[in-house]
Amino acid sequence: MTPPTRPVLIFWIIAGWVGFLLFPWYGTESGFFSFEWLVDGYPFEPDYSPAVFLIGQGKKLWLSPLLIALILPLLVLGRPKSDPIYFRILTAAGALGISWLIIQGFSIGLRGFNFQWMNAVFGALDDRQYGMGFGALICAAAFLFLFTQGIAARGAINGDVFVVGAIGGVIAIVTTFVFFPIANMLFSAFVTDEGEYSVLAFFGKFFDDRLWGIGCLTGSRCGAALNSLFLAVAVGFITTVLGLAFALVVTRSGFRWKRMIRALTVLPIITPPFVIGLALILLFGLSGSVTVFFADLFETQPTRWLYGMPGVLIAQTLAFTPIAFLVLIGVVEGVSPSMEEASQTLRANRWQTFRTVSLPLMRPGLANAFLLGFIESMADFGNPLVLGGNFDVLSTEIFFAIVGAQYDQGRAAVLAMVLLFFTLSAFFAQRVWLGKKSYTTVSGKGDAGMHPMMPNGLAIPVMFVALSWAIFTATVYGMIVYGSIVELWGVNNSLTLKHYITAFSIRIEEEGIRWTGAAWDSFWTTITIAAIAAPLTGAVGLVTAYLLTRQKFVGKSAFEFGTMLSFAIPGTVIGVSYILAFNVPPIEITGTGIILVVSFIFRNMPVGVRAGIASMSQLDKSLDESSLTLGANSWQTFRRVILPLLRPAILAALVYSFVRAMTAISAVIFLVSAEYDMATSYIIGRVENNDYGLAIAYSTALIFVMLSAVALMQIIVGRTRTGRRMTPAGPGL
Amino acid sequence: MSIASQAAPIRFEGVSKRFGRDVVAVDNIDLAVDAGKLVTLLGPSGCGKTTTLRMIAGLEMASSGRIIIGDTDVTKLPATDRDVSMVFQSYALFPHMSVLENVMYGLTFSGLGKSDARSRALQGLELVGLEDFHGRLPSELSGGQQQRVAVARALVLEPQVLLFDEPLSNLDTKLRRQVREDIRAIQQKLGLTVVYVTHDQEEALAVSDEIVVMRNAAIAQIGTPRELYDSPNDRFVADFIGEANLIACQVVALNAGDATIEIEGYRLRLPARGLSPGPATLAVRPSRIILDNDTGVPVTVAKATYVGVRMEYTLEGEFGQVFAVKDDVDKPLEVGISLYMSFAAEGPVLLPSETGGHGGH
Ligand SMILES: Nc1ncnc2c1ncn2[C@@H]1O[C@H](COP(=O)(O)OP(=O)(O)O)[C@@H](O)[C@H]1O
Ligand SMILES: [Mg+2]
Repeated sequence: MTPPTRPVLIFWIIAGWVGFLLFPWYGTESGFFSFEWLVDGYPFEPDYSPAVFLIGQGKKLWLSPLLIALILPLLVLGRPKSDPIYFRILTAAGALGISWLIIQGFSIGLRGFNFQWMNAVFGALDDRQYGMGFGALICAAAFLFLFTQGIAARGAINGDVFVVGAIGGVIAIVTTFVFFPIANMLFSAFVTDEGEYSVLAFFGKFFDDRLWGIGCLTGSRCGAALNSLFLAVAVGFITTVLGLAFALVVTRSGFRWKRMIRALTVLPIITPPFVIGLALILLFGLSGSVTVFFADLFETQPTRWLYGMPGVLIAQTLAFTPIAFLVLIGVVEGVSPSMEEASQTLRANRWQTFRTVSLPLMRPGLANAFLLGFIESMADFGNPLVLGGNFDVLSTEIFFAIVGAQYDQGRAAVLAMVLLFFTLSAFFAQRVWLGKKSYTTVSGKGDAGMHPMMPNGLAIPVMFVALSWAIFTATVYGMIVYGSIVELWGVNNSLTLKHYITAFSIRIEEEGIRWTGAAWDSFWTTITIAAIAAPLTGAVGLVTAYLLTRQKFVGKSAFEFGTMLSFAIPGTVIGVSYILAFNVPPIEITGTGIILVVSFIFRNMPVGVRAGIASMSQLDKSLDESSLTLGANSWQTFRRVILPLLRPAILAALVYSFVRAMTAISAVIFLVSAEYDMATSYIIGRVENNDYGLAIAYSTALIFVMLSAVALMQIIVGRTRTGRRMTPAGPGL
Repeated sequence: MSIASQAAPIRFEGVSKRFGRDVVAVDNIDLAVDAGKLVTLLGPSGCGKTTTLRMIAGLEMASSGRIIIGDTDVTKLPATDRDVSMVFQSYALFPHMSVLENVMYGLTFSGLGKSDARSRALQGLELVGLEDFHGRLPSELSGGQQQRVAVARALVLEPQVLLFDEPLSNLDTKLRRQVREDIRAIQQKLGLTVVYVTHDQEEALAVSDEIVVMRNAAIAQIGTPRELYDSPNDRFVADFIGEANLIACQVVALNAGDATIEIEGYRLRLPARGLSPGPATLAVRPSRIILDNDTGVPVTVAKATYVGVRMEYTLEGEFGQVFAVKDDVDKPLEVGISLYMSFAAEGPVLLPSETGGHGGH
């Protein structure tokens, strides 16, 4: 046999060398893509030098061992894959390269050695290094994929280079951008103010009255942890009840405007969470319409009752009820009508059927909805920030610990740990429930039969609750639009477009359009960052979903758990852990747009994974298999069979992650910088300056932008669906 | 350039497949399929047919043993690198590609130029009689046509081995006979090595050069359709092929390769097939039972069912129950009458006795 050409192997060997020889090794101040570094003394100016030029000039000599890892793979060229030398060399070179990158990266920082004992052993180092740049990044990727090719050559996953590489890639990025920052943050909870490790430091901050105090029982304030817990339980419970009411109205009543209620589910997707809080202020705040109306009516003094627990509770309930509805509609519809019909033929009346059959079958779904509401409430940042008043919750306390006057990283880390503990517990509980029960009632088969109507005794209260809440929601959203065109709420109620003009004015000049409005900067940043993040999120989510649905490998359940974990990590925790982890070498990206993009990718990845899994399990596995038996490899199968068939799902995932990136606030607020300000954090800034008009006008504009994005997507997806069939053709499928 | 065959033999040497720790789907199988032959894997659901087939395709990897196709040990080769094509039960046509694109799909990975691939694909479609449908989407074809596209798609690659997994199960009864004859005709015309999975004994008997009867992850018997029908090795095969009645009997005498057996006093001579005196089992097809003789085993008619082309009877005697069919539908036997049952000269087979249930099925 002629020695096989191995394009993938050659590609990554070359990539490694290119990273080492051509690209600036360290991060450049002016950003890589400005290409200023090209005209600024490259390749000899050390700030922009590729690694090889640094070593050539006798600098950063600790990078030289990487050369070994780059040279070794050259030895396998021309060798057959089955030769044990092939996989031994590749795994060794890859492992050496990666581990040396990590070791040197963490050992040598901005002030020489990072650890005292190294100074003692090696003597002080009078050199330093910055965060990794493109050169280092490309090298790291090359080492990783050389390593995975070695593993594949050893026979893992039938020697499938693409699949092993994809698994390695996902593990690497999730470790870097989820596990590393979280672990790093956990460590910093044990650091004293003097920078030493101490368990006492942790306990000191953990057993703080501001966390666990029960003062509210006696009239003063309770700790943030207890407040959060109480709030989350209440929100989880109320949203579940309301969500169930809506679901019942939609599936088991003769109500005429069911479609309107279904449309409610779009709301939380397109609404930045704190916008609800703003609208509530317009209604119930000190100069809110309702407040003023009742104050006039009863001639009482308007109060600030909204600010605190009640306001946050109402806002979160409004914001998260549609999520519970979304979960429960599936559950309620999933109860097989034939079971209910069977029960009725067994002489149970409608009420007995509902109580003894339908409700028990829905129970796992109810638990799931509760836990989702719980997690969302725990993680919510915008509403407590806007409405919280003296009611401290964990997510806002974390923020104030970092940005406030206290600047106490350790405290922020401890708070984040407590928050993470709560959400992870809920996440575990949810998985236990889901894993055991939820699939038992959903048959997946088209089940003939009709869901019985609710018994009257239930229908009347359910309809009442659901409809009043729907009207309330509509009012709140109406207020948002209305509030954006009022001069100064409660003081001067004349209508005006001035807020929109302040935010979005443009001037057309000879040189072109000048974006003079105050909001344009953050608006375009948001659009750009969201547009960059969306396809990346989609890609990571899709590849992960492909691995989870289509491949078998050792440790798959751990892999799945790791990739879904970031769903349970509140944005605030991500935010804190990112600034703690990524403002020092080896990964130094705070203040850049990259950190925002990265945070969106990993915040939204579970959503992408879930969507991908859902749509891939619709595709019959024999499609991939027949492609494989026809001689395509797994990458060609992925690209030519799976991706085209998933086009609608991909589009939906893209739009969804785009929109989520635009509405996110909790992680973003830690990560924005003067240069990269995002719409949501800009709006929060306006709110803090009591500039409600502008804030609400901006929010309204955002909502409409996202609404059009979602609508456009639905139209396109709808078209794709009717054009070509989704499932493999043929009966029996 | 026309579609030819690169048919190659297949050999399994001690192949097993385990899923997880407990499930043994295929247990230590030895098997040889000659080049250019159509071999069926036949057996009840869950006996490991599909798993065996998928191991030939490379979609499952053998847990132990060796698989050899042609002269190459392919045990560790993934599906992509094997020269084996498969026609799936669901056809697995790519719904986003036209019929022609589907058939060309595999050719584009074989290093063929676009126009070569196209003309070869069209030849393949011609072979299955669908050249006029090449522009359609699979969803615009009937089930039988989709099936043929799937066959063409596999054929054009001129694989060493072509695999079918229950290819008729999604077709209606009328089409089945037609399609199975088409498959057989193409196989014989091109001299392909085909492995064909089915659980339908009639289908297996109709298309195969050789049948591999599987039971509980192992091979029960290998033989031509005739061999399996006429001389099953054991009760399982006899029952599975042709629904033989199994009647307990005694071998009372051996004489020059023949045995004399006795059932409730009725004696019969037939080939001994290596059995020694003592308890044994007689396997008799329903059509080989004779009811109008004056001698035989006493039975009563317990059930009589008219199924149009023939009568089906359930007969009861001291040995248990048997199932018999008669072509005479005009003068059916009445339920409850007693008569004598004897057996045709050709057909009944002597099998070793096995502990366990006696009587019919
Ligand atoms: N992927 C799998 N994981 C676990 N068990 C399997 C898997 N595939 C098949 N089996 C088991 O192996 C046995 C044989 O299956 P199969 O080959 O599909 O049978 P057949 O095609 O003869 O009906 C069955 O018991 C089945 O449950
Ligand atoms: Mg099968």
